[in-house]
Amino acid sequence: MSEASSRKLSDDLLRPLLETSWRFYALVTFLGSIVLMGLCTWAYQMYMGFGMTGINNPIFWAFYITNFVFWIGISHAGTLISAILRLVNAGWRRPVTRCAEVITAFALMIGAMFPIIHLGRPWLFFWLVPYPNSRLIWPNFRSPLVWDFFAITTYLTGSVLFLVLPMIPDFALVRDRTTGMRHRIYGALALGWQGTPKQWHRLESAMSIMAIAIIPVAVSVHTIVSFDFSMAPVPMWHSTMFGPYFVAGAIFSGIAGLIIAMAALRKFLHLEEYLHPVHFQNLGKLLLMMSLLWGYFVFAERLTVWYGNESAEIAVLRVTQTGSFAPLYWTMVVVNFVIPVSILSIKRLRTIAGCVVASFGVLVGMWLERFLIVVPSLGHKYLPYSWGTYRPRPVELLITASTFAAMCLLYTLFAKFVPIISIWELKVGEQEPYETAQERSARVLGEAHP
Amino acid sequence: MSAVYALYSSPDAAQRAVNGLYAAGIAQDDVVVMSGEPFEAQPFAHRDSATWLWYIACLGGFVGLVFSTWLTRMTELAWPLQTGNMPIVAWWPNLIVIFELTMLGAILATVLTLFVTAKLPGRLPKLYDPEVTNGKILVGVENPSAATLPALERALMAGGAAELKRS
Repeated sequence: MSEASSRKLSDDLLRPLLETSWRFYALVTFLGSIVLMGLCTWAYQMYMGFGMTGINNPIFWAFYITNFVFWIGISHAGTLISAILRLVNAGWRRPVTRCAEVITAFALMIGAMFPIIHLGRPWLFFWLVPYPNSRLIWPNFRSPLVWDFFAITTYLTGSVLFLVLPMIPDFALVRDRTTGMRHRIYGALALGWQGTPKQWHRLESAMSIMAIAIIPVAVSVHTIVSFDFSMAPVPMWHSTMFGPYFVAGAIFSGIAGLIIAMAALRKFLHLEEYLHPVHFQNLGKLLLMMSLLWGYFVFAERLTVWYGNESAEIAVLRVTQTGSFAPLYWTMVVVNFVIPVSILSIKRLRTIAGCVVASFGVLVGMWLERFLIVVPSLGHKYLPYSWGTYRPRPVELLITASTFAAMCLLYTLFAKFVPIISIWELKVGEQEPYETAQERSARVLGEAHP
Repeated sequence: MSAVYALYSSPDAAQRAVNGLYAAGIAQDDVVVMSGEPFEAQPFAHRDSATWLWYIACLGGFVGLVFSTWLTRMTELAWPLQTGNMPIVAWWPNLIVIFELTMLGAILATVLTLFVTAKLPGRLPKLYDPEVTNGKILVGVENPSAATLPALERALMAGGAAELKRS
């Protein structure tokens, strides 16, 4: 790539870091106030006790665990998708990867907060950490909750490193472009990066190894989250398909989150030159595929339960299909399957706006899916005398709303202080000769049949 | 003077300069190349490409595997309570913890090896130019001897540099 275009690319992508408009401060103030409201609500809940929530016998898991599963699912947007695209060397991944990896890091942090909020006494959260107590008794390693600790810790560590390592050369770029305090801060973050062939080679090798390692970890994380449910003999939870069902759902909601984040970045940071419609079309195709896969899983699960006709499971099935949870259930089906498939299977509708509309629907639908997994089953266990209902209370609604604001706030701050598109990776992409699908097919077929 | 270098706009020019330096008798290890992006197509990018990173990652994974196997077994035997009709040392659930710590071992070993072999974190050397991150490719030699200086300067200029720089 020519020096002039390299400089222009750097200028464009560093502009959000070097220039700040009043809109940034307004957005941060707005989102920060919602987050602050959430923190105050959480403090209120701690002060007043867990009775402020709607959680009660027999439904001890509700909004907070729904949010936990939802955010862990959203975290699959980044590292997993980025690692897969990196391994298959998809050229179009370059502007997408960092936008995606950031979602993973922040969504995992937010998701991991919910078991702590759900504790009621969060100052005792260290009891979740597997270490021996004063009587040398260790936590039970056969418990799925301990598996969660290991899975989330490994995935968070791997994802943060996977995000941070390719940021080092970009920090060096910012270091060389700035003066004063900024120069010193970015200089420290650049860790003395020089850009020698050895450093580049080691960085790329490390990223390849991390990409290989992180994919099974990502799959394991959501499988283990599903084990929190499927290891329990609760109607419609004790299922062998929960692992892949949860993983597919996580990737589904993750892609939807990524599309929305990319569309927002494109619009507000004026990155139209770098986030092209083709990126949205490709992600839209992935979203369509995951929507079909999700539909397949839901059909397989529902058919098996209905055909088995086991009384406790049928009670849960009925309450979700035709009972009090039916409006939520059918909304979920419409926004997770009917709308995405209708929009994304038609090429003319697979535009940026079309992908964003479908993605918003998917996020709503996937949150509802997690809620419908958690609550109806707990409310309809094997013995009807123990059946119960659940209604969320204001503290749960406010805390939930504030986590969405927290995600937006963290993302906004990240995009302000770090190049949201990997500049050096984009430059490498410009080195490669552009080859269309037709050219590639012609080349491959030509090689096969000279 | 501790270094002589030149900046090049294209990787081909940088490669010509590197070849010229080798031809002038400069040892490969003494030639410094810096760029704002990797250039896989150029031979200079493949210097120092031999690495033990993959093996060390596997070793890290193995350490994680051994540690997690010991940890899960030791904790279960330390307080042998039977739960859920499982054996005291229950391998099926233990495999989950073992898998996670194996992968964590591999990831941490990879990152630590990257930092050690790429000399990160470190201080910027005297031979550095901020133009590198703007798209220029730096080729130079640190502490050149007086005897080699004329040949070195000729090689750098022959590569197509606009000017020689000293730091």
